[in-house]
Amino acid sequence: MLDGILMGLATAFSIKNLLMVIGGCLIGTFIGMLPGLGPMSIIAIMIPVAITIGDPSAALILLAGVYYGAIFGGSTSSILINAPGVASTVATSFDGYPLARQGKAGKALTIAAISSFCGGTIGAILLMIFAPALASVALSFHSAEYFALMVVGLSAIATFAGTGQVAKAIMMTVAGLMLATVGEAALFNAPRFTGGIMDLQSGFSFITLAMAMFALPEAIFLVLDPKRSNTGDGGSGKITDLRITRDEAKQIAPVIGRQSIQGFLIGVLPGAGATIASFLGYAVERNIASEEDKKMFGKGSIKGLAAPESANNAACTGSFVPLLTLGIPGSGTTAILLGALVALNVTPGPRLMIDEPGIFWSVIISMYLGNLILLILNLPLIPYIAKILAVPRNYLIPFILFFTLMGAYIGQNNATELLLLVGLGVIATILRLADFPLPPLLIGFILGSMLENNFARSMQLYDGPSFIWERPMTMGLLILAAALVFLPSFRARRARLKRQGVAEGD
Amino acid sequence: MTLDRWIASIFLVICLIYGYTSFFAMDASLPPFMQRNPIWPSTFPKVLAGLGIICALLVIVNAKPPPLKEDEIDYRRLGDYKIGQAAALVALMVAYAFALRPIGFVASTVLFLTVSGIVLGERKLHILIPIALVAALFIWFLVDGVLGIFLRPWPWFV
Repeated sequence: MLDGILMGLATAFSIKNLLMVIGGCLIGTFIGMLPGLGPMSIIAIMIPVAITIGDPSAALILLAGVYYGAIFGGSTSSILINAPGVASTVATSFDGYPLARQGKAGKALTIAAISSFCGGTIGAILLMIFAPALASVALSFHSAEYFALMVVGLSAIATFAGTGQVAKAIMMTVAGLMLATVGEAALFNAPRFTGGIMDLQSGFSFITLAMAMFALPEAIFLVLDPKRSNTGDGGSGKITDLRITRDEAKQIAPVIGRQSIQGFLIGVLPGAGATIASFLGYAVERNIASEEDKKMFGKGSIKGLAAPESANNAACTGSFVPLLTLGIPGSGTTAILLGALVALNVTPGPRLMIDEPGIFWSVIISMYLGNLILLILNLPLIPYIAKILAVPRNYLIPFILFFTLMGAYIGQNNATELLLLVGLGVIATILRLADFPLPPLLIGFILGSMLENNFARSMQLYDGPSFIWERPMTMGLLILAAALVFLPSFRARRARLKRQGVAEGD
Repeated sequence: MTLDRWIASIFLVICLIYGYTSFFAMDASLPPFMQRNPIWPSTFPKVLAGLGIICALLVIVNAKPPPLKEDEIDYRRLGDYKIGQAAALVALMVAYAFALRPIGFVASTVLFLTVSGIVLGERKLHILIPIALVAALFIWFLVDGVLGIFLRPWPWFV
């Protein structure tokens, strides 16, 4: 492990990778600040750039930097103009914006930056402990367990993503899996579902799909509803006093400690992620606060600001655990990262730590670096970066659209891809209007071929589907997956029956 | 019928076609030596088609209209939004896809950025056009020079 850490240090501290961290954090902060653009869209736009870099560790470091930067930028716009750029920083605006209105914007930004830094750093330490342990367990997994594990991941994501309607989320997952079967499967050497169209021979491009699912609908929504991109007068330079007092530091320290650990653990769970972590963190801290502190929540409590900020950053780090150790993404963002890694010929999974220790450890080391850079680089620069909030939407939206087009074009060098992008983007917008969650579709698409390969391998090994009941681990995981899918609807049904007064006794 | 029922119905039709292909059409072209394999190219799609049909039916049966959302975009109030602008921008993106090869990257990008700015209501063309031009040239340099991906900058006759 020590060898690995040293190797990671050497890789992460190379000039090129340092530049990647700095660049990624800056780009992420800039774009994350723009209201309406989430980390998924930003990373999707950055992927063609990362892939052309060619070096997997540099690419992953860049994208991870963009991810943190985006979360950080999102909290800045939450605090300054009450317009969260990112869902996971909505809870930040509950107390951050009141603080800014009291003229304490500088203080709020400092608290946010310090909480994010601590959350991210504690998360990275926990990642260093958890990931190798989990990877060593995962090494004993066979393809049957992998198949079952992916089914568990997909059902967990569907259960968490479906806003009360699990069937919709599973439908999206199945749609993603079906999209993944289009094209020539490596396993069978035969084209499937191409409809004779040459351009579909190699299947759908993951970049195009990612852009179409996230960046494009986001931009179309911005056009549809001008209120979404209300940029206000955040850049008017009233951020002055950045200092916090010793007393305030004492108040927020335990909050940060608790929420970093809780956020990390939530981030590790598939499907949960930074948004849930930040809301839960806020709720927990409000519940355990003393009576007079409780009154402050929502009116500019520094505890209420520190809680979601440390939780969401820790959760971002936590979501790397299943990605790096099992090769299974737990969130939309890590799914996009997985797609990028596969495009770079790296297969994340338990072997990653053994086969490519350089990549594994340099990513973890760069997490520390990224957090440090966000703290020392962005804090003094915030008043200037905040100026970007004043970019008028008449300029902003054309550029967002242009970057999505460019991303799809660079990936494939093919104008047909652009038509595919626009078509899928319109479909995705309609799906979003009808409340169909889109992350399960993309995760299904990315996991599709891996799921089928592992399924096929186990079928061949056991000469039929008997591996499902002959391997206890596989069986257990599949039962878990079924429970994840059916429990919420079962509980909702029972609650409904109870309300009607016809529930049978326990 | 609500929008989610429509979508689920369309998905059901797609699943039926997908299922028909995987159950009845795909196996015909399977080479004989593969027929003894426990898994065929159509095995996984068959499972998916079944799952998809079940999900689509569940959504069709269970769909209930979600409460009206105040601050989120709601399709039942689609008339309140700038749907014309959105449609125009989508059309512009399609036009961009067709224009990219023949008239070259720089011209099509400048046109795209300028026209979509105008569609959104920007009238200060003396600012818009120079910004679009600088951005187009800069991105072209980045993609072609730094990333090393060929993009034809000029129209076909140059």
